[in-house]
Amino acid sequence: MLRDAEAAVETTLRRSYGKLIAFLTARSGDVAGAEDALSDAFATALVAWRAQGIPENPEAWLLTAARRKHIDTVRRQGTTKAAAAPLALLAEERSAADEPSIPDNRLALMFVCAHPAIDPAVRTPLMLQTILGFDGATIASAFLTSPAAMSQRLVRAKAKIRGARIPFRVPETPELGDRLPPVLNAIYAVFGAGWGDPADAATDSRSLAAEGLWLARLLAALLPEEPEVLGLLALVLFAESRRTARRDTEGRYVPLADQDPTGWDTALIDEAETHLLCASRKGRVGRFQLEAAIQSAHAARRRTERVDWPAIWQLYDHLVALTGSPVAAINRAVAVAEIRGPAEGLSALDAVAADPRVSGYQPYWAARAALLGRAGDVAAAQAAYRHAIALEIDPVVRSFLQQRSAGLTETGL
Amino acid sequence: MQYMLLIYGNESAMQSRPKEEMGQVMGAYQAYTEAMQQAGVFKEGAPLQPSATATTVRIADGKAQVLDGPYAETKEQLGGYYLIEAPDLDTALAWAGRCPGASHGVVEVRPVWAM
Repeated sequence: MLRDAEAAVETTLRRSYGKLIAFLTARSGDVAGAEDALSDAFATALVAWRAQGIPENPEAWLLTAARRKHIDTVRRQGTTKAAAAPLALLAEERSAADEPSIPDNRLALMFVCAHPAIDPAVRTPLMLQTILGFDGATIASAFLTSPAAMSQRLVRAKAKIRGARIPFRVPETPELGDRLPPVLNAIYAVFGAGWGDPADAATDSRSLAAEGLWLARLLAALLPEEPEVLGLLALVLFAESRRTARRDTEGRYVPLADQDPTGWDTALIDEAETHLLCASRKGRVGRFQLEAAIQSAHAARRRTERVDWPAIWQLYDHLVALTGSPVAAINRAVAVAEIRGPAEGLSALDAVAADPRVSGYQPYWAARAALLGRAGDVAAAQAAYRHAIALEIDPVVRSFLQQRSAGLTETGL
Repeated sequence: MQYMLLIYGNESAMQSRPKEEMGQVMGAYQAYTEAMQQAGVFKEGAPLQPSATATTVRIADGKAQVLDGPYAETKEQLGGYYLIEAPDLDTALAWAGRCPGASHGVVEVRPVWAM
């Protein structure tokens, strides 16, 4: 019974946290208050469920408990004007008793977290906290900041949501075009924070990449008509399909070109292809669809045994034109080198070098080093590898780069 | 809920404009104000006299310190304001975006405490 209650609380917390926060906050605008109320409700649930057993609908039980606490708080802080909010909440509670399921306000909450009035640096952390229930310390370590600084940023953002009254709503069509990309970027950043980290264990039981994939799936379920939403989901699925193939049996780094396609998760690739196809039928191309299409071209190697570089080059052309991203331009240069040889690839890289963002970007130096090596300029290649190695955080990738650099001298390639 | 729209712009660039252009700006503000009134969001609003007319006062050690000039010397100066009534930030931001001042300078949107 004791274990059961704990497990039930844990399960409900995982599955329903964001839904409950979104529901409470959509009515009060007070994220911090909703979080406090919900954490109180979870504590109460642990005691009550141990004593009385697990309720039939744990989610509804928690919502009722959290709502009461939230109303109490709003009341206590309340001026006369603010009293309208708890009254509205109470009225809703009566009608909600008849409702079989809790309305899902998570999509509106995502748009609040990624609202243009919110500091871009705090959008992803805010989503991790409000929708996924991560604590401040875990989020801080995922973003390499101190817990104090992160919690201060989060507090400030929540105060702004409430104080400036950022509305809980899903933007409609003309506006959606501007408002959706920050939501997509924030979700992609959740995935990216986990993907880039080889250990990727935010807590004992949760990985950021898995949570990012979960958010991308949730967004696709809530906005199935938006091609870029499907593009994001496809992109994340393609990356996830190669998770284990990135390391060999001895734990060494394996670059995409050297990966054995039999190590890829075909179920995830198939799912990604389905979403990408569905997105492309809507006839509105975008950054995430293009990136997913590039991954699709790489994944096609599992069937054709060859990489379709001309297609990849063309897709990167579109991506560079659309985003102006130096990262896309670097990858485009790699595709150019595959078709036209290292000299043309290097001159394409030179064109990106002027961008101040690339000098501290490891993949730029690694790509440069590889192309210089292929062009036979060993000294310059080694110098570029040294740059790449100095910029790399992951020791496994670092030793891969060191091996490549050492290989240059041996073979004289 | 009330929001204050604080309009900042480059004063000297503003003052050195030809008369005709100045008239266009005034016309744009007039139309903007009327649109706000019609939508029922307008509470108050006015242009401010040039920042050269500003004086700052602070009490230090119990004594009033009066200084000539605006609070902050920046490239852009506070040149006018609107007080509007809007249901949420998105609505306030939409109105701020329509303000002629947003095309020449910036409009800061600040929620007003309800007292």
